[in-house]
Amino acid sequence: MKEFAYRRATDLRDALIAGSTGARYLGGGTNLVDLMKSGVEAPDRLVDVRWLPLAGIRETPDGGLLIGATTTNSDLAAHPGVRRRYPALSQAVLAGASGQLRNMATVGGNLLQRTRCGYFADPSYACNKRLPGSGCPAIAGQHHNHAVLGWSPHCAATHPSDMAVALVAFDAIVRYETLDGGGEIPLEEFYPPVGDTPQRETALPPGALITAVVLPGSAVSPRSRYRKVRERASYAFATVSVAVGLDGDGGSARIALGGVASRPWRARTAESSLLAGPPTADGFRAAADAELSAARPLPGNGYKVTLARNLIVAVLEEVHA
Amino acid sequence: MNTANGAVGTARPRIEGKAKVTGAARYAADVPMPDLLAGSVVLSTVSRGRIRGVDVSAVRDMPGVVGVIDHTNAPRLNPKAGGFFGPDGQLRLLQDAVVPFAGWPVALVVAETPEQARAAADALPVTYDEEPHDTAFTADHPAGRPALTIFDEPVDVGDVEAGLAASAVVVQERYRTPEEHCSAMEPHSATVWWEGERLEAIDSNQGPFTIAATLAALFSLSLDRVRVRTEQVGGGFGSKGLCGPQLILAAMAALRFRRPVRVTLTRAQVFLATAMRPATDQLIRIGADADGRLRAIWHEPAFEISPLAEYIEGCTELTKTLYAAPAIRTNLTAVPLDILPPGSMRGPGAVPGSFALESAMDELAERLDLDPLELRLRNEPPVGPVSGLPFSSRNLVACLREGARRFGWDTRDRRPRLRRDGALLIGTGLAATSFSVGAFPSSASMTAEPDGTFTVAIGATDLGTGARTALTAIAADALAVGIDLIRLKISDSALGPAWPAGGSRGTTSWAWAIAEAAAKLREQDRRGTVTVDTGQSLGDLPSLERHAYSAVFAEVGVDPATGEVRVRRLLGMFAVGRVVNPLTARSQVVGGMIGGLSMALHEEGVRDPVSGRHVNADFAGYHIASHADVPDIEADFVPDYEPGIPLGIKGAGEIGNVGTAAAIANAVWHATGVRQRSLPIRLDRVLEA
Repeated sequence: MKEFAYRRATDLRDALIAGSTGARYLGGGTNLVDLMKSGVEAPDRLVDVRWLPLAGIRETPDGGLLIGATTTNSDLAAHPGVRRRYPALSQAVLAGASGQLRNMATVGGNLLQRTRCGYFADPSYACNKRLPGSGCPAIAGQHHNHAVLGWSPHCAATHPSDMAVALVAFDAIVRYETLDGGGEIPLEEFYPPVGDTPQRETALPPGALITAVVLPGSAVSPRSRYRKVRERASYAFATVSVAVGLDGDGGSARIALGGVASRPWRARTAESSLLAGPPTADGFRAAADAELSAARPLPGNGYKVTLARNLIVAVLEEVHA
Repeated sequence: MNTANGAVGTARPRIEGKAKVTGAARYAADVPMPDLLAGSVVLSTVSRGRIRGVDVSAVRDMPGVVGVIDHTNAPRLNPKAGGFFGPDGQLRLLQDAVVPFAGWPVALVVAETPEQARAAADALPVTYDEEPHDTAFTADHPAGRPALTIFDEPVDVGDVEAGLAASAVVVQERYRTPEEHCSAMEPHSATVWWEGERLEAIDSNQGPFTIAATLAALFSLSLDRVRVRTEQVGGGFGSKGLCGPQLILAAMAALRFRRPVRVTLTRAQVFLATAMRPATDQLIRIGADADGRLRAIWHEPAFEISPLAEYIEGCTELTKTLYAAPAIRTNLTAVPLDILPPGSMRGPGAVPGSFALESAMDELAERLDLDPLELRLRNEPPVGPVSGLPFSSRNLVACLREGARRFGWDTRDRRPRLRRDGALLIGTGLAATSFSVGAFPSSASMTAEPDGTFTVAIGATDLGTGARTALTAIAADALAVGIDLIRLKISDSALGPAWPAGGSRGTTSWAWAIAEAAAKLREQDRRGTVTVDTGQSLGDLPSLERHAYSAVFAEVGVDPATGEVRVRRLLGMFAVGRVVNPLTARSQVVGGMIGGLSMALHEEGVRDPVSGRHVNADFAGYHIASHADVPDIEADFVPDYEPGIPLGIKGAGEIGNVGTAAAIANAVWHATGVRQRSLPIRLDRVLEA
């Protein structure tokens, strides 16, 4: 592990100055510190933003929620407003990691966690995310847990977050600050397409610090559900996961998938398909098939297409029941 | 009961339990040592080739670096040194430029602190001339050849072909198990220093005496110039039975720098450089009459091996003893590949072998339309079906019947895919098992102290299983005194030759020596000192079929839409001879059953098909069962006694792991109607479109 300088930011501006001059933001450290130990990440300086006054969840005038970036995953999952109005979000957070990790991990950090691709995690392998241009061994190698949607020949890694899958279903917006002012990015556009730049993982400007995630009131969905399929009952990333929410009258659905792409995958094709007919099992299957017609599985992960299809249908049936 | 006060058979918590839960217990890497240097190991990142260069100049001036040992300057090791299987090439570290597998140690960086050593090891440039490698195991690999025949040798009794031809029903299937890693919670660590002319070591291992003997041979020292001790050991599961790379490299550094050196492997290095269970591919043919009486069993396993070191994955031991069949044929094929040398992992041979045999028996019961329990009862052998020898004590039927009663087996409908719980398919399955029993020569000494206590010294080691507590009870009963009068000394090669904690023969071997020493001390009125060696009396043990037995029952829930399998109930009944300590023995078999569950559903070493290297050499990628995967487990013992072995002990170390995987796989068939013949039973193998 490379030696590094650490200090706590005293205020937002102090953090942004550090961030704009090359320091890495440290939240709960539950992913970054692991990667520093294994040599995947080697920052010279860390600026700890966890003590900035960015924690907490409050209601917004449109009936939505503003979630501070340093709110812990545990506090997010336990918040009564989240549990009542966006239950899939609470379920998604609780499906991830462990109690100890959720007590440390922050909402902002969760969005910025890196893929758990085994090649990415081992610096002795080539990896286009770690070392652009070095190649992607997963595509010809082990890709059992890799992407089936939206990947490119340069990288087939998946985004590991459960929380982000529920957030993208609820049209979440990421709010950030820079020294030059703040901005907002819809979560659906937050993770750029892989293309030939898999090392570019977010649309944040350089030095930007996530300050909050905004859940619009229009997305309130008490009838929502997150289901995660994984290779053991706990302490594993999603093989495939799905967040489904129904609008107040049950007329339209929001669907997002995890474990299938480099980003939480908003299933807009399936959502449109569902608008075309009544909520029946046949309609659910047709919607799932429409979404997954775009899937391009690798030789070793075709099962994920079947799994994603089954999961969309099962959870749609569950929320409509 | 042949003892006065009955310490044996009484449940007692571990002697060191409080020290462990309060953090006071010391493990190998915890021992304070003045003037200590730290060594950090560098492993090869290619699967086969030669080292072109190690650029020591790149790290020599890094903070704290004392030196680098590689193949150009390492002390020469004795090529004849080895272990149970003879000379062992995997011990010959840093002797030449050849890289036989990915994970082979290529250098040791030594520095003043572990952090400095690690930083320099990470920075050390090593270049290779790569050569084509082969890490792809198949049963019909052209390099396959008969396995060694030191044990689990091929047998051919009766006429197997005629038996199969005459059978009303024949099962012929292949069963596959992957590479699995021991990866005990405590990483391997060794501290080595010179005390005058003697090499002293504190190492994390399963048997200090045998390790000291190997180390002495490697460095061409007489045995009295090498002393190896262990502290508390945080699990071994087989991977600490060998003289490990941490010890050999630390000894090299202590020799070179003449200061104490500690080498502790990282988690990844534990996966990449210490023992694993080999992948197996096993063809089984079983034939039976329409009433379920077996006519023939033909079991042909292949397993992978390294050309560096011989090893036998004895998959057919059970096949030779578990069921009555007039014709039995077995033969083992070893396939040499460019891989980490496979070795014993808990339940070696029996674990993969029983998955094949007990799955095939379940398939036979299905095709006969017979209760799988009844099939086993109908094939209970009167004598060893291959050896013709009587059984010393055989309580498999008691395990099966009592387990079935507790599990509620008699109300089971044997047809598959009939039970649901919401979206889940529910099924139950069972497996029967055995594991061979015996003892190996060990020495022990006993001294009557002036204060009325007794010092009992034996070169045993406690892997965390409760050996200290068990041996204290055994010594107390053997001397017919209270346990508070026993002072047990273990974990030191200087205490004399002793079998390691392995092969389910630790407790039997050590108990034998302690019992003999106690008898001798009692002959001299519990005065003075006695020392014994059991080599002679062990040789007098009549040759019999000696085995421990168990029956494992499992209930699973399977979601066919997602392929997820979760175990809902697990029950094991065990016949392991007299139970020395019911509390720790139960812990041990429950732990074994969890290991079996983990094998059934999770564990799998995964290799990159291009480079041949591991891609999941950590606990994030190599899944073992999490707490949430483990249901309430019922484990208990049927009355059992091993005649001929002091105190009637059999040994409970390995059998807990055996059988559970087949019981779960059979339950998955009962739930879904689909056979799972490859482990682990991953969700993509179960998922239905």
